[in-house]
Amino acid sequence: MKYSGALTALSMALLLAGCGSEADSTQARGPDPKLPEAQRGLLPSMKIAEPVAWGDSKPTVPQGYTISAIATGLAIPRQTLVLPNGDILVAEGRGGSAAKLKPKDVIASYIKAQGNTQVKGGNRLTLLRDADGDGTYELKTVFAENLNAPYGLAYANGKLYVANQDALVRFDYTDGQTKASAAPTKLADLPSAINHHWTKSLAISDDARYLYVGIGSNSNVTERGMEVEIDRAMVWQIDAQTGAHKPYATGIRNPTALTIQPGTGQLWAVVNERDELGPDLVPDYLSSVREGQFYGWPYSYWGQNVDSRAQPQNPAKVAAAVKPDYSLGSHVAALGVDFSIPAMGEKFAQGAFVGEHGSWNRDNPVGYKVIFVPFAGDKPAGEPIDFATGFRGDDGKTRGRPVGVTVDPRGALIIADDLANTIWRVTPNR
Amino acid sequence: MTTSTQLAYRHRPGPLHAIFLAGTVPLFLGALLSDIAYYQSYQIQWSNFAAWLIAGGLLFCGLALVFALINLIRAEHKGGRAVLYFLLLLVTWVLGLVNAFEHAKDAWAVMPTGLVMSVVVTVLSLVAAWIGLSNLRSGGVR
Repeated sequence: MKYSGALTALSMALLLAGCGSEADSTQARGPDPKLPEAQRGLLPSMKIAEPVAWGDSKPTVPQGYTISAIATGLAIPRQTLVLPNGDILVAEGRGGSAAKLKPKDVIASYIKAQGNTQVKGGNRLTLLRDADGDGTYELKTVFAENLNAPYGLAYANGKLYVANQDALVRFDYTDGQTKASAAPTKLADLPSAINHHWTKSLAISDDARYLYVGIGSNSNVTERGMEVEIDRAMVWQIDAQTGAHKPYATGIRNPTALTIQPGTGQLWAVVNERDELGPDLVPDYLSSVREGQFYGWPYSYWGQNVDSRAQPQNPAKVAAAVKPDYSLGSHVAALGVDFSIPAMGEKFAQGAFVGEHGSWNRDNPVGYKVIFVPFAGDKPAGEPIDFATGFRGDDGKTRGRPVGVTVDPRGALIIADDLANTIWRVTPNR
Repeated sequence: MTTSTQLAYRHRPGPLHAIFLAGTVPLFLGALLSDIAYYQSYQIQWSNFAAWLIAGGLLFCGLALVFALINLIRAEHKGGRAVLYFLLLLVTWVLGLVNAFEHAKDAWAVMPTGLVMSVVVTVLSLVAAWIGLSNLRSGGVR
């Protein structure tokens, strides 16, 4: 055990670090990660981001690519959507209403808040426009406001869908519109009691018949009770016409971003797994989301690794749990995913970009970057490649935290940064 | 005689000291009973109760500990019961703090260590309070 001096906590001597080596290299990534034994010291490892401004610096991108801030001063940007005319919509907000049930909740929420922005969430959609295509988004205007912690965004056939933290709503949209013409229509209520994990991710099927909504669990691992986990930790399939829903896949602890794979039409997700089992458990993952499958939470992780913290146990569910496709490493906090296109350049043509918000429950921080997971055929293949880094500097300070990533068909990656309240745009040099 | 009365007074808990000391026992006992209820029912609310009761127990125990320390410093003969009482209370508080961290784990991770520690801390607090408060009746100090 060793002390980390990075944090001053309340009156108690906090910050007793976990045991053992925590080098980044021990992070098992890929389709078949080797998982260590679960461990936890008397106190969980905590290393919270120390926010500082970007100043003149920017995230680092690969050679041959350029990054620029296309919008700043936003109110907690999370996910973005590129509309058919190239305009970008940004969902801004912060949700959740989880009561503090234990002394731990009071202390931990105070500490974790130090690593996030102090800005109040916008509860709105902001539209960015680059009318002349020079890469400068000269128009920044509010498209819709008075939403309730909007997060997931999707568009099809003149309809704009927004997943608020409590409901899926729909706007009518015509090309070139810069402001919503009316208040949105509610398509379906979403589970919103407590909202420990409040983000509602969203994707729409290629034929626009179904919407998929990711609903996170109401706890780390059932510490708010089993009763509050009904309709949580799952992906819903919602009929775009009627609003009728059914659970599409379950046991997915926190599916923070969903996307449809081009060509196959397959639904994919990035998922945040549980904490407080050590620095290298449990891997967050990128996975295809297959209908009717159960992904383990809360009874087990990565297949049949039983988590005894969830009681009473359910051996039948453990036996039924499927393994996710691809480990992103534990605690990276993947919050964004989108598939790439050839216009992103040869090296990044086939695969998926993943935005990683960065860890708290790990002595040696991980995440705080955007990575690229190469695909071969329809499956992830090989080690992830860093695409945008420097969000957490070598000086140990954090300048930004990536959330949503969106591929612009014109050949750009849009990155939402909810610490610097900035939208970044990465383009291959032409 | 005057000297002996003064000495005795310094070793006796005053009313506030006695309230904190005596209050420690039902708080830790309540945590223990809540732990037992959680162990038997899996109902998480009992575990939440236990965590807060331990926090309350630590507060009361900590304040009693401050009084005990002051009494010990002011005592002319630093030994015997006064030292035993102080040390017992100190161990109770330290183990109580460890138990608080144990109860900060998620869901069933509290078990069974949290329950065992609650038994130990409750018994220790009872013994410490017994010794601390029995000075009230003895009326003097050896």
